[in-house]
Amino acid sequence: MEASATTVTGGRSALERSPASRLPDRALKWGLSALAAAILILIVYFFIRLIGESHSVFSQYGLSFVFGNDWDVNRNIYHGAAMLVGTLVTSTIALIIGVPVAVASALFINELCPRRLRQPLSILVDLLAAVPSVVYGLWGVFVLAPKLLGGEKWFASTFSFIPWIGGGTPTLYNYFIAGLILAIMILPIVSAISREVIATVPLENKEAALALGATRWEMIRMAVIPYSRPGITGGAMLGLGRALGETIAVVLVIGAAPQIGNHLFAQGNTFAAVIANEFGEAQGIHVSALFAAGLVLFILTLIVNIIARWFVSRGSHGARGTGATGMTIASTDLSEA
Amino acid sequence: MSTISASTLPQVSSRRRVTDKVMRGSLGAATVLALIPLILILFYLLKRGLNGWSQSGFFTTDPTGSFFGNPGGIRSAIWGSIEMVLLASLIAIPVGIGVALYLTEYGKQSWFANTVRYFVDVMTGVPSIMFGLFIYIVLVTGHVGGGFTAWKGSIALSLLMIPIVVRSAEVVLLLVPSSLREAALALGAPRWRVIGKVVLPTAATGLVTGSLLAVARGMGETAPLLFTVTAAFGLTFNLGTLMNSLPVQIYTDIQSPRAEIVNRAWGAGLTLVLIVLLLNIIARFIASRSRRA
Repeated sequence: MEASATTVTGGRSALERSPASRLPDRALKWGLSALAAAILILIVYFFIRLIGESHSVFSQYGLSFVFGNDWDVNRNIYHGAAMLVGTLVTSTIALIIGVPVAVASALFINELCPRRLRQPLSILVDLLAAVPSVVYGLWGVFVLAPKLLGGEKWFASTFSFIPWIGGGTPTLYNYFIAGLILAIMILPIVSAISREVIATVPLENKEAALALGATRWEMIRMAVIPYSRPGITGGAMLGLGRALGETIAVVLVIGAAPQIGNHLFAQGNTFAAVIANEFGEAQGIHVSALFAAGLVLFILTLIVNIIARWFVSRGSHGARGTGATGMTIASTDLSEA
Repeated sequence: MSTISASTLPQVSSRRRVTDKVMRGSLGAATVLALIPLILILFYLLKRGLNGWSQSGFFTTDPTGSFFGNPGGIRSAIWGSIEMVLLASLIAIPVGIGVALYLTEYGKQSWFANTVRYFVDVMTGVPSIMFGLFIYIVLVTGHVGGGFTAWKGSIALSLLMIPIVVRSAEVVLLLVPSSLREAALALGAPRWRVIGKVVLPTAATGLVTGSLLAVARGMGETAPLLFTVTAAFGLTFNLGTLMNSLPVQIYTDIQSPRAEIVNRAWGAGLTLVLIVLLLNIIARFIASRSRRA
């Protein structure tokens, strides 16, 4: 446009817009950029404030805030090892139970089931993500925990020789129930991402396996799973991120114990649960301790999510930015609290 | 050249055939297993929730808050949820679509746009309780316009909805063919008019779908409200005061030792799930219609 010879007043090309008519364009561009920048600033600001609020606890306890095993509000002692262990144990249970089921169902829906059933089955699995976490809590407290208590008692006494798992007396609310509910809650997100990654396996790879005489399962094992492994790992990590930070469903069924439980069916606590549980009555350094718990949780989920994104973007084979995974994440992110 | 008939091929060994059958069977079984919790949750919600609904005045009275006597219904909770989510949507949807527009129309693959994209991705993984804590630190302890108020709950919810709106909006905005944009630009339209008259209308149904999913998500959230609004009993349309909401009401009712109040929790749970499912179904319906068109 600058090449145009015809100029009007002010040395501007006749094809160029007047400065006044270009104003809305500039305003929109800078407005939208500012909006995008505000998101970044908000996250950074939150991080700084969180560090500031929890500073007094960390300066008093140092790393023993995370690794010491005693949380006693009455004596104003705040060591969060019980929460750290509880968060990790419940999330691990969730992964052990949830991921195999999610991946298996994704493989079945994408590779084995009749084409007509594919869409309805996907929608049904996705519906699990639409259930609000407080409803999971409701169901866990009044249905799952009481119904499974007998089975847990039988299991604990039958397998009493296995350390950490058997031997103890199961309580109504415990690590296992919380982990099981988390497993159900992460199932839809892991399944959705697995389905999406599995769908990107090139048809040639699958046909090649079949042409070489592989059975359907061998085709899945040799062509589908190796190709989609990074994406599935990423999906599992995103599920882990969800499980670490889940609050409301867990706080209702974890039992809120101040110390590390000594077996799988004992009461425990998690970082998210302790915040939700004690925030109402907290004062002084207690508030600060809860913020510190929030900070640890925030960093934990941040690390897990960053690793997960890395896996997912590697797994979708350069498709990142076209946003397909983003849509899935958005649409399966329906519920959490 | 004789054609190879199936009979000339060696038989697949029985071990491999059995493995295939077993593995296919277990993948199918896992799918059934994945659906069992959904069926159980819906079954108990209907069974015990309808029981809760049958309490007199369930939808027309507010919770009384007294331990004895009539526990009251969930009217204020339903209205509170709608009000707070409405305000949250009014914030989150424009901001979310705005950021998505920046990413697709201006930022594209610049380092800044990619940084924003990355942080938005990270935001979707931040536990919702953190958004509640954030608003608590910044607005509640800072006593901006009072202590706990409903509008602060709305802001916490909107923070959680924004990344969902951005991610889904970016996907549909990218689907708008660039030939449409180029055609409009070639006709001399300025960018802001191209966005307003071409890009947004073309992507409208997709934007509505993503926004509805975000609204559904906001509707079911409990943790952000616990630290910003807490709970109240009465019906109010003033966003500057404490306000009741369905998730928080359910959360507190669960912890009650009284059977009638637990019943109310089930009834409220059923109501909440129906609202969320309805929003989801509408979103999917719009999405499937736009795909066909």
